[in-house]
Amino acid sequence: MTLLKTTYNRRSFLKSSLAAGGGLLIGFNWLASGCASDAPKGLVIPDEWFEINAYLKIGENGVTTIYSPNPEIGQNVKTSMPMIVAEELDIDWKNVLVEQAPLDTSKYTRQLAGGSDSIRTTWTALRMAGASARHMLLVAAAKAWNVPVEELTTEAGGIHHRASGKEAGYGEFASAAAEVPVPEEVELKDVGEFTIIGNSKKNVDGLGIVTGKPMFGLDQKVDGMLIAMIVHPPAFGMKLKSFDATEVKSMPGIKDVFSIKVYNDDYERQWSDTTSFTEMVAVVGNSTWEVWTAKLMLNVEWEPFKEQKYKAAGWGGNTQEVTVPGGLESTSEHKKKMIAEAAKKARVVRRDGNPEEAFKRAAKVLERTYTAPFLAHSPMEPMNFFADVKEDSALLRGPIQSPEFMEKTVAARLGLPLEKVEVEMTRMGGGFGRRLYGHFMAEVAVVSQKMKAPVKLVYTREDEMTFGIYRPMYHAVYRAALDADNKLIGFHVKMGGIPENALHANRFPAGAIDNYIAESWAIESNISVGAFRAPGSNFNAAAEQSFLDELCEEMGVDPIQFRLDLLKRAQEDPVGENNDYDAARYAGVLELVREKSGWDTDSAGKNRGVSAYFCHNSYTAQVVDILMENGEPRVDKVYNANDCGIVVNPDAAVNMSEGSVVDGIGTAMFGEITFNNGEPNQNNFDSYRLIRHAEAPKKIETYFVENDIHPTGLGEPPYPPVMGALANALYKATGTRYYHQPFIRNTFEV
Amino acid sequence: MAIFNLKINKKEYQVDVDPSTPMLWVLRDHLGLMGTKYGCGVAQCGACTIHLDGKAVRSCITFVDSVGDKEITTIEGLSENGDHPVQQAWLEHDVAQCGYCQPGQIMTAAALLNEKPNPSDEEIETAMNGNLCRCGTYVRIKEAIKTAAKS
Repeated sequence: MTLLKTTYNRRSFLKSSLAAGGGLLIGFNWLASGCASDAPKGLVIPDEWFEINAYLKIGENGVTTIYSPNPEIGQNVKTSMPMIVAEELDIDWKNVLVEQAPLDTSKYTRQLAGGSDSIRTTWTALRMAGASARHMLLVAAAKAWNVPVEELTTEAGGIHHRASGKEAGYGEFASAAAEVPVPEEVELKDVGEFTIIGNSKKNVDGLGIVTGKPMFGLDQKVDGMLIAMIVHPPAFGMKLKSFDATEVKSMPGIKDVFSIKVYNDDYERQWSDTTSFTEMVAVVGNSTWEVWTAKLMLNVEWEPFKEQKYKAAGWGGNTQEVTVPGGLESTSEHKKKMIAEAAKKARVVRRDGNPEEAFKRAAKVLERTYTAPFLAHSPMEPMNFFADVKEDSALLRGPIQSPEFMEKTVAARLGLPLEKVEVEMTRMGGGFGRRLYGHFMAEVAVVSQKMKAPVKLVYTREDEMTFGIYRPMYHAVYRAALDADNKLIGFHVKMGGIPENALHANRFPAGAIDNYIAESWAIESNISVGAFRAPGSNFNAAAEQSFLDELCEEMGVDPIQFRLDLLKRAQEDPVGENNDYDAARYAGVLELVREKSGWDTDSAGKNRGVSAYFCHNSYTAQVVDILMENGEPRVDKVYNANDCGIVVNPDAAVNMSEGSVVDGIGTAMFGEITFNNGEPNQNNFDSYRLIRHAEAPKKIETYFVENDIHPTGLGEPPYPPVMGALANALYKATGTRYYHQPFIRNTFEV
Repeated sequence: MAIFNLKINKKEYQVDVDPSTPMLWVLRDHLGLMGTKYGCGVAQCGACTIHLDGKAVRSCITFVDSVGDKEITTIEGLSENGDHPVQQAWLEHDVAQCGYCQPGQIMTAAALLNEKPNPSDEEIETAMNGNLCRCGTYVRIKEAIKTAAKS
């Protein structure tokens, strides 16, 4: 039992009135059908609800609705966050309904889907919400029964007074509990007392998903709603010159065609305002097909620009002026520039010991180059958003990972006070980071304001895939210095990228090697980029972990033991400062995957590769086994070992790990966006290849290190390392080393 | 624009749309049936899968004027309350992550099991290969199909 002071955002615990019906969600029929989870079998909806705090309301029959604060992107926080509340509230999960909370910065913190941080950053607040509600119920019962509150216990939604034998369900005291003052201190359960956390629960939206209920942004439909689509420049480095809408305006179902300016000229952009094209043409009409048909007929002229400038909020509160260079860039030029830049002096980011001297006296130097292309996030649900902008207020609703930030953008763009802009979050059909950048919210707001009508903005897959905000293009050179005894005496990593590099200078093996140097460079570009599942890590894990594999082969040592030996050094006698990992936990996942894969006993005849990585506060180690089938490599089995602290919903955590593995294999094997004179060469899934059923591993086994550490993330950590393990397994299977993604081509030739 | 009489999920509907409108958009924009999803519009992702006389087709390239008398089944009509064996298997295995692709996956799987009640792993992969899952739930989908096949 832990005592915790309820200092965490006390406003979350402001009680609303005893009013029935639930104050937070009123009047939006769409929301009622789309955002509430399906009721478990046999659950009776209460007649009256009592709001206990911002996270939950209890009905007179004890049925409880828990609000899930964070946006749902497929990481299933809509199930795991309520599980945490329910645990400390101490109710039966069978009596829980879940609803998506709206954006409300006065009640909730960090309503963001990103950084694999939802559970980690809300763990304590969620527990406090449940525990304080439980406390208030006990106080109400103690008062009614005239007994000391210390003599009461709870169990799965029931209150018991052992001494007298009195008992009642939570529902009986919900009304009175709503009047009890918020406690200064609450008791939290010990980890060993958990009955909900750590026990798999089914996805609360499962039934809605399999029966095709309208839950996603694209599924919205309201009376009088218009459909809008945009037309954006076909190439980076180009802008709108002119357009002729005369014919299109008279096409069936078309209401209007006009140019839109996404941001005002003097607007200072936040990080989430990243976009590629700020002046586009909007086509507005009655139905998607009519608007799409008209869009394809539109005559638009584009012209190259010399450069574009905009103001951006810099780190530390000052304003930066950003210049976007002109030019129509091609991948062939990118590659040439990278090769040239990689040969120049770069910026030293970290230096330990005397790496130059170590490489000078080395008996052997191993040097390898790794590259990876731009990638398009391509979540299955294309970009879309809904807006209903009135004279002095606006309602926006749709799939967004960063609603708190984008609300500010929309308010500024519309010239409305922030409190007059409401944002509601729909379920998202994936995101992977793309939906952090909500430019489409500003776009639909502008269109709705002009049309004086509710509007749903729809991006076609082609619109989206050629829009940018990609994962950058990367280049890395790794060098290792070995002495005459084949001992590692120096390590050098030089990472570059267009327009950013992937370097994480303080990650392993920094801290484990005496003479270490990490450098970085970047080449500017007008191709826009943004966070993509495990930014930076999504490349450097592949490069680093395959380099270590080749190094081990050179040194004649076992790849797992080699890493464990380095981690032992990092733990007992670390080199340098700010080593960004816990060496013991890192070693823990390697030991777990070694055991579960039978690395020491079962590897004969197998084509296996190993990899391990730390990012977003969690640790993952993987072993990939490859089979050759008709001369082609096929991933047979993947062993996945994670350390993400306490696992809230085990089966969902396994699902997410499996998905990360599949995604990682697909990315490394197939993903690629290339350019020809500023124009992306890929615009749909026939040209941009994603992994399919027949290419997925036949089997994936996932294990978790058991500990009581507060939960850390899992959406990103298992994704980067699998690319390294895959490359290492492919080497065993084919005799070829894979340096250049996508591996189906494995070349950086111009 | 023309009038089309359609049989969908055992009901009769009438729509007045351009003959070149794909069934995907007839369902979503004109009939309020949102279960069938848009993912690519070029039959590369399978999110739009419906049944035409029990056979799986991609509704994004099935124009309304090509349907005629055929019976359309969408995810909403696969069962009364989600109790089709494929849907039940999906729930048993807790397949979905974001869930956007799953109606299309389920429709393709249901059509497969109608034709091949006991498919091998290879047959599952071949039949399902046109359905993308960006969240990577392929391993679970295969297990769920095998479970549905047994029931």
